[in-house]
Amino acid sequence: MNGVRTRFTVPQRLLHWLMAICILAMLFIGVGMVSTVMPKYLTLVSIHKPLGIAILVLALIRLAVRLRYGAPSLPVDLPAPMKLAAHLSHYSFYALMIGIPLIGWGMLSAAAYPILLFGGVHLPAILPQSDSLHALLWNAHFYLAFAFFALILLHVAAALFHALIRRDGVFEAMASVSGHGGVAPSE
Amino acid sequence: MLQPHQPPARYALGFLVLIAIVVGASAAAFAYTAGWFSPQRLTPDKIVDALTPPGVDVLGHRRNHAKGICFTGVFEANGAGSALSKAQVFTRGQYPALGRFNLATPNPNAADATVRVRGFGLRISTPDGQQWRMAMIDPPVFPVSTPQAFYDLLLASGSKDPDAMKTFAGAHPEIAAFGGWAKTAPWTGSYAEERFNSLDSFIFTDGSGAEHAVRWSLVPAAQPVPVATADLAKRGPDFLEQEITDRVHTAPQHWTMVVTVANPGDPTADPSKAWPEDRRTVDVGTLTVQQIEAEPDGPCRDINFDPTVLPAGIRTSDDPFPAARSSAYAKSYDRRTAEAKDYPRTTTGAKP
Ligand code: HEM
Ligand code: HEM
Ligand code: HEM
Repeated sequence: MNGVRTRFTVPQRLLHWLMAICILAMLFIGVGMVSTVMPKYLTLVSIHKPLGIAILVLALIRLAVRLRYGAPSLPVDLPAPMKLAAHLSHYSFYALMIGIPLIGWGMLSAAAYPILLFGGVHLPAILPQSDSLHALLWNAHFYLAFAFFALILLHVAAALFHALIRRDGVFEAMASVSGHGGVAPSE
Repeated sequence: MLQPHQPPARYALGFLVLIAIVVGASAAAFAYTAGWFSPQRLTPDKIVDALTPPGVDVLGHRRNHAKGICFTGVFEANGAGSALSKAQVFTRGQYPALGRFNLATPNPNAADATVRVRGFGLRISTPDGQQWRMAMIDPPVFPVSTPQAFYDLLLASGSKDPDAMKTFAGAHPEIAAFGGWAKTAPWTGSYAEERFNSLDSFIFTDGSGAEHAVRWSLVPAAQPVPVATADLAKRGPDFLEQEITDRVHTAPQHWTMVVTVANPGDPTADPSKAWPEDRRTVDVGTLTVQQIEAEPDGPCRDINFDPTVLPAGIRTSDDPFPAARSSAYAKSYDRRTAEAKDYPRTTTGAKP
C-alpha cells in the first residue's frame, strides 16, 4: 500500500534527533571557534572536543543498533535514483559521524597536544607526532566538516520534501513520536 | 496520521519555496557564524597574516618568535607552590621539561643583535599525564592592553604612513611603559642571563578550592652582564644560539620559578600594567636546562607552546590575551606544519 511503512525503532529515533542537535551544534561551534580570538574561543574549543568524542561514541552505538534492527524500506514508488541517493547519503552520514571525530582526535595526537575532555580526563594519543599527518588530518577535518554540512542541508531538504510534498511516510518513519516503533502501523 | 495524498499543485510550489527558505536560512546562519558576513571580526587568520612580514621567507617557521633553538631539561619543584595550586607540577619532585629560546621577530633569519625582545617557550610534563605549557618574554610589561590593540599595533608598524606609529601611541598611551623598557633596559649577551615573564595573569586553585590570581617569572641564576648593542652586533648574526649551546655544554643553566600573587584589585586583565613591587612572591622550584638542540632536528620544532595548555589547578583569568594567543598560535601551527617540506629536518630519522 502506497505510503504505509514501518518506523525506525524508538532508540533509533531518539539517537537520530539527539545526534542531529549535537552534530549541528558541533558544526556551528567549529566554524565559530576558528574565526574568533575572543575568550569564547577557549570555551568553544573546550566544548568541541568532548562533544565530538560523545558523538563518536553515540555513532558507534547507533551503528550497532542499525545493524541489529535495520531500517524500514523506502516506499515502493520512490524512483530508483532517489532510493540510491537516500542509501548513499545514509552510508556517508555514518562514515562522517565516525570519521570526523576520529580525524579530530588523530589531528590533535599528531600535533602532540594533550587531549583534554573535562575535569582533567585525557584521551591517549592515537597517532605518533608528525607534521605531515597533522597537515593531512587538518585538511580532512576541515573539508569533511563542510561536506557534512552540505549533506545535512540536502538531507533536510529531502526530509521536508517527503513530509510536505510526497507525504509518503518517510518523514514519519523518523519523526513520529509514537512509542511503538519497528512494527507496521495498523491503519 | 499518515497522509497518502499529495498536496494540490498550488500548495506544492509554496512548500518548495518553504524548503528553499529553510535550507537557505540554515546555510546563511552557518556562514554568519563562520564570520563570512563580518569583515570587521578579528580572526586568528587576520592576526597571523598581519604578523607575516612582506618579502621574508617564513614557510615552515613560526609566524612570530620565528628564530629559536630547542632545549631539554628538568623542572624541580620544591613543594612551596602546592600552597597556591593543586597541580602536580608543584608537588616536590622532578619533572621533564622541553623548551625553546627564541627571538620576538617573525623573521627566522633575523640577526640576534637586532631583536629587542627575547622569549622562552616551556613545556613541563607530569606523571599524571598533564602538561603545563607557557611562552614568556623578557620585558616587564606587554606593549598593549588588548589583543585588538596588538593587531592595530601590527598594522601601524607595517604601515607606509609615516605618522601611523605616532597615531597609534596617541590612542594607546599604555605602550609608553614598554617603550621605556625597550629604550633603557640593558641588553645582555646570553639567553641564560634573561629573566622571562608570563606577563599574562592566570588563576591557581589550591587543594581547598581557594583561588589565587598570579603571574610568574623565570629568574636566571646567572648574573646579567650588560653589553652595548654595538658590541653585540659584532658577535655575528647567531651569537645567542652559539653562546647558549657552548654555555650549556659547559654547565647546566638554572632559573628559579617565582610566582607573584595579586592583591585584590590588581590589574589581572591587562598585561601592559605591572603589579606593585611589594606583592607576595613564592619560589616554587628550579628549571635546569641540560641540553641544547638545533631547531630543525630538535624536539621543540613541532611543539606549540600554547599558554592555555594548563594542568588542572591552573586556569585562565579575565586576561583576554591567552585565548587570543591560543587561537593565533594554533593558526600559526597549522600553517607551519602544512609547510614542513619548506623547512625540512636535516638528518634523516631525526626524532620528531
Ligand atoms: C562530529 C564531530 C565533529 C565535527 C562536526 C567537527 C567540526 C569542526 C569544524 C566545522 C571545524 C572548523 C573547521 C574550520 O573552519 O577551520 C572544526 C575544527 C576543529 N575540530 Fe572538529 N569536529 C568534530 C569533532 C572533533 C573532535 C572529536 C575533535 C578533537 C578531539 C575536534 C577537534 C577540532 C580542532 C582542534 C579544530 C580546530 C582546528 C584548527 O584550526 O586548528 N573536532 N571541527
Ligand atoms: C544534523 C544531522 C543529521 C544527521 C547526521 C542525520 C542522519 C540520518 C541518518 C544516518 C539516517 C538514516 C537512518 C539511521 O540509520 O539512523 C537519517 C534518516 C532520516 N532523517 Fe536524518 N539526520 C540529520 C538531521 C535530520 C533533520 C534535521 C531531519 C528533519 C528535518 C532529518 C530527517 C530524517 C528522516 C525523515 C529520516 C528517515 C529517512 C529514511 O527513512 O530513509 N534528519 N538521518
Ligand atoms: C595577542 C597577542 C599575541 C599574539 C597574536 C601572538 C602571536 C604569536 C604567534 C603566532 C607565535 C608563533 C606560535 C607558533 O607557531 O607556535 C608566537 C610565539 C610566541 N609568543 Fe606570542 N603572541 C601574542 C602575545 C604574546 C605574549 C603576551 C607573550 C609573552 C608573555 C608572547 C610570547 C611568545 C613566545 C615566547 C613565543 C615563542 C614560543 C615558541 O618558542 O614556540 N606572545 N606568538
